[in-house]
Amino acid sequence: MTKQQIRAALVEELSNVAPEADLASLDPGADLREALDIDSMDFLNFITAVDRRLGFAVPEADYQKLFTLDGAVEYIGTKLVKIGS
Amino acid sequence: MGEFRMPSLGADMEAGTLTEWLVKPGDRVKRGEIVAVVETQKGAIEIEIFEPGTIERFLVDVGAKVPVGMPLALVRGEGEPKAEAAVPSEAKTAAAAPRPAEPTPTPSVPPSPPVAQVPPSSPQPAALLAPTVGRALASPAARRFAGEHGIDLASVPGTGPGGAIGIADIEAALKGAGAATEAPTPKAVGINLDQMRAAIAAGMARSKREIPHYYLQHSVDVTAAEKWLAGFNATRPPATRVLMAAVVLKAVAKAAKRFPEFNGFFRDGKFQASPAVHVGVAIAIRGGGLIAPAIHDADVLSIEDLMSAMRDLVQRTRGGRLRGSEIADPTITVSSLGDRGVEALYGVIYPPQVAIVGVGKVVTRPWVVGKRIAARPVVTVTLSADHRASDGHAGARFLAAIGDQLEEPERL
Repeated sequence: MTKQQIRAALVEELSNVAPEADLASLDPGADLREALDIDSMDFLNFITAVDRRLGFAVPEADYQKLFTLDGAVEYIGTKLVKIGS
Repeated sequence: MGEFRMPSLGADMEAGTLTEWLVKPGDRVKRGEIVAVVETQKGAIEIEIFEPGTIERFLVDVGAKVPVGMPLALVRGEGEPKAEAAVPSEAKTAAAAPRPAEPTPTPSVPPSPPVAQVPPSSPQPAALLAPTVGRALASPAARRFAGEHGIDLASVPGTGPGGAIGIADIEAALKGAGAATEAPTPKAVGINLDQMRAAIAAGMARSKREIPHYYLQHSVDVTAAEKWLAGFNATRPPATRVLMAAVVLKAVAKAAKRFPEFNGFFRDGKFQASPAVHVGVAIAIRGGGLIAPAIHDADVLSIEDLMSAMRDLVQRTRGGRLRGSEIADPTITVSSLGDRGVEALYGVIYPPQVAIVGVGKVVTRPWVVGKRIAARPVVTVTLSADHRASDGHAGARFLAAIGDQLEEPERL
C-alpha cells in the first residue's frame, strides 16, 4: 500500500468520523482533534476504523503519533511495511 | 382500547412533529418497541411504546405537529376484541391543527396525571394535555410559567398546535409584545441547531430561575485508574477498548446509587429519588448545541457494556436518531470538557433533575504521596446540586465517593 493510498484511506475514515468537517482544506500538519473538533470518542472510532480497514491495531501508547494526518500516514506506512503489507 | 400518546421528551417540550410511522395498523407491538419517529427541538427522536398490543388505528397523519399527551394511535390490548373506537376529538384537532373552538371539548378519555407526576424510572406514555371545558389550552410548562408570573392564560393568544399556549407566548405576553414567531432555519445532521438552542435556552433559564444551585469540587489522583485502564485495554482491539470517560461514568453511577438525594427529580414541590440510575451523558453537537441522553441502569452495567452503550449513544446522538426514553429518563447528568482542555466545569442542572457532575481534563500536578511530593495525574470532579434536595455536606460525601471509586478502579 502506498502512502498516497494510506492517506486517501485515512481521509475517508476521518470523514466518516466527522462528516461535517471539510477534509479538503485540512492542514496535514494540524492537530486533528482541534482541526476537526473531534473528541476522545471520535478519535477512538478513527483508530477502530484504521484497525478494521488496514488491519493494524494502534496501541494506546502510540495514539499521539496519529494526532496529525501527516503523522498518521507516516506511522501507518511504517507499521504496514514492518508487517509486510 | 389503549392510546399511544405523544410523549414528553423533556420538561419544556410542548409538541413534536410526527415524521414517520415504523409500524402499520394490525402490527403487534412489544413493550419498548420503537414505533414512530418524532421531530423535536432535540432532533429526530425514535419513540417507543410501553403497552404491548396490536396497532388498531393511527389517529395522526405524518407531518402533523402534535402537543405532548395527544393520542397518536389506538392500541388494542391482548385478548381485547377489535372494535370501532371513536377517534378522540383532540386527535382530530391535532391532525387538522386549527385553533380550537370555544369552549374546548372535554377529552373522550379520562385525563391522566400531569406529565410532572410520571414516575421518573417508568417511561410511560406522557399524560394527556387535558384541555378541560372553560380552560385555555396550554402545555404544563407554560401553565406553570404563567402561574409564576401572574399571567391569566385566558388573555394569552396561543401560537402552538391547535392554538395551544406555549412558554414563548407567555414570554411575549410578559413583554407586552405580540406572540413569538418561529423562523424556519437550516438543519445540520438532521438537527435544527436554532431550535436546539431555543430548547437549551428555555431549559437552562428555567434551571437558573427555579433551582438554588450549590457548587463543590474535588480533585482526584487518577494514577490507579489510568494504570488499570492501560492494562485493561492493552490486549484489546480498538473496537472494545474503554475510555476514561466510561470509568468516570461508572464511578458517578455507583455513587449516585449510594447517595439517592442526587439521583432523581424535584417535582411538585418535593424531591423524588429514583430507584434506578439512568446517567445522562452530555454530548456536544458539532456546530453548536448539546444533548444529554440517558444510559439506563449505568450503575449495574459492566465497564465494557457501559462503554459500548456510550459509543452507541454518541453515534446516534450525532446522527439525530435518539430514542424517547433516552431523552426522558436521565436521573443525573455527567458533563465532561476534558477533551477541550478545561480543568473544571460547573454545570447547570437540567430540570427536573437535581444534580450534574462535571469532569475536567486529567492534568499532571504536584501531589503529596505519603510524605513526599510526586507528579500525579489529577482530575477535578465538580458537583452542581439542587439545595432543595440536598446539602453541601451530602454533596461533599457524594464527590468523595466518586473519588474513592476512581482511586480503586478494580472495584468498579
